[in-house]
Amino acid sequence: MRAVFILAGLVALASMPLLLPSYQLGIASEILIFSVLAMSVNLLAGYAGRTPLCHGAIFGTSTYVVIIAAAAGVPVWAACLLGVAAAGGLSVVFGIIAVRTSGVYFLLLTLALGLIIWGICLRWTGVTGGENGLRGDLRQGWLADSQRLYWLILVVGAVLTFAMWRLVRSPFGLTLRAIKDSPSRMAALGHDVPAHLFAAFVASGLFAGAAGALYALFNDFVSPTTVALPQSVEGLLMAIVGGVGNILGGLVGAFVLIALEQFVSAYTERWLSVLGLTAIAIMLFAPQGLLGLLQRKSQ
Amino acid sequence: MKRRIVLATLAAPAMLRAQGTSGPIKIGLMAPLTGVAASGGREIVEGFQMYFETINGRIGGRAVEVTVEDDASNPDTALQKARRLVEQGNVHFLFGNLLANTGLAVANYVRGTGTPYFIPVIAADDLTQRSRLPNVVRVAGYSASQFSRPLADWAYKQGFRRIATISQDYTFGHEQCGGFAQKFTSLGGRVLQQFWHPLNTSDFSPYMGQLANAGVDAIFAMETGADATRLIQAYASFGLKGRIPLMGAMNASDQSVIRTMGAEAEGIVSAAHFAEGSTNAITQAFVADYDRRFQKLPSLYGFSHFSGAMWVAEALKTIGADAENRERLLAAVRATTLTGSPLGAPVSLDAYGNPVYDAFIRRVVRRPDGKLWNAPIETYPRVDQFWGFEPEAYMRQPAYSRAFQGPR
Repeated sequence: MRAVFILAGLVALASMPLLLPSYQLGIASEILIFSVLAMSVNLLAGYAGRTPLCHGAIFGTSTYVVIIAAAAGVPVWAACLLGVAAAGGLSVVFGIIAVRTSGVYFLLLTLALGLIIWGICLRWTGVTGGENGLRGDLRQGWLADSQRLYWLILVVGAVLTFAMWRLVRSPFGLTLRAIKDSPSRMAALGHDVPAHLFAAFVASGLFAGAAGALYALFNDFVSPTTVALPQSVEGLLMAIVGGVGNILGGLVGAFVLIALEQFVSAYTERWLSVLGLTAIAIMLFAPQGLLGLLQRKSQ
Repeated sequence: MKRRIVLATLAAPAMLRAQGTSGPIKIGLMAPLTGVAASGGREIVEGFQMYFETINGRIGGRAVEVTVEDDASNPDTALQKARRLVEQGNVHFLFGNLLANTGLAVANYVRGTGTPYFIPVIAADDLTQRSRLPNVVRVAGYSASQFSRPLADWAYKQGFRRIATISQDYTFGHEQCGGFAQKFTSLGGRVLQQFWHPLNTSDFSPYMGQLANAGVDAIFAMETGADATRLIQAYASFGLKGRIPLMGAMNASDQSVIRTMGAEAEGIVSAAHFAEGSTNAITQAFVADYDRRFQKLPSLYGFSHFSGAMWVAEALKTIGADAENRERLLAAVRATTLTGSPLGAPVSLDAYGNPVYDAFIRRVVRRPDGKLWNAPIETYPRVDQFWGFEPEAYMRQPAYSRAFQGPR
């Protein structure tokens, strides 16, 4: 039954380019990219019980690296791999620093680490273009077509989603959930808690980096706002709105927030207030997120 | 069945296009209505819409339809709004944006679509220099380093030989200071010290102490918004006013800054393509009209969007308002010499898409009614973005940055 739903969903998503005009297709591409970011946040927040505020910075680092590498003459696919590798490397550093903390300390530490990246991107003008950002030249040839780009994003996004889904359902994922519930008990049972959290952190960072590389292809532009705190918060908010502890929650959250932003901002310049109120309403009435609400209703 | 419906909707815009020049001229205006640049953003919309009200919303018999989008002072949002305006709104051309990064992001997008994009406020030098695009034109705008050069010349002629600069530490500041420093040094003056402070510096006292003891003849300040207000206040309260003359980039003494200030702002000298205190009759009529409508004197954001809209409208009139034909529109804009605008003197574009102006050296003075404004004290005719430098040679030198403020 579930397989049928998933297949139907994939077919629906794959047929979007035939149904949507180019602007709405762009929004759909953005939703897919940000859903991968939200899922990567969810991996840590929902399964390992560690809420990160640095994933925007990891995501954006990958975006920067892709655009810088491509400008230096690296083929686009290799630039994307470099971007993901850079995000992975950054996650290793962040992970080493952050995994021994939890709760609000983890939140603040990752926030500070993210701010460092933002500061570097803002100040290192020679490499990052500073405040003005960097203009890419990636949307050429095969990638110039927005339909093909959408399908590429969909295929990569689907593979990443499947990988994350497998990961959280593996014995590793089960151990993570147990660590979330009681790290001391897991340590007493002989599990290496920091090593598991470190691995989860790096995996999550790699997924965020993959989303960032897709974003480079999509946006063809990067500036410090891409690595700034609001980006991290947005990823987290999408995960929460969709449902923490549910991988597909990221997709739902990204869809709801981006679609809402598009819809509301067309009518009022107070759209940020509307988004804020919506988020508050979801926290109050659906603390498990929209997917959590759906599951509770269907039971 | 479904497939056929899709084809029908896809065909619809093409059919509209085939109807030719009967529908309205659709313009997409982007401005920061939220975020750090929101106050300037609102003045962009005011100035732009005011122009179309004065011509009753019609150009050459066609109605004008302006769609305003909020870029939220964020380049990613600006990109998204540009996509919406072009791909969903089918606008004929784009206008606006305030922050350099939003303009650069949109410019990168229109490089792919070919949509004409007019930028009366985006000053990033390279958009009309090293990485210029045929469809990005700075109507009624200026490149960042353009007016610091005549100001440096004026400063040298006042007998100033040693200068310190203080500026916000980002590209817009680097470029304006670079223009000043390179020109001033080439004349034989010396830039003794350059202070770079972060955006939104709340306390200028450490800088004031150093400036007071730097042993300079004058100070050049490149500040925008609240930083400009705070710097000018600190300059007066630390007793530098009256001792060391203060010159500003045009933003530092723009109406958006000085309209809320008092005696501390009087006497600041800046250079710009517009002076609201000019005696030119058209400028005065515009300033009075703007004051009547919005209860304030026009700022850089308001007057440049008014004039930019006028420039493109004048160009459209010469081609039968054929806004659909991008090549023709861009060619007409480039060929138009704008006369009768609030800028005063006739203005035309150089070969790189940046206007050539009669630049005013302006001083902040008090009007009889007590309001402060910038009154011209000297005019430098025909100032282009390379003023005094050979364009191709100039563009071979690196773009201005903290590290490069002209060859040493």
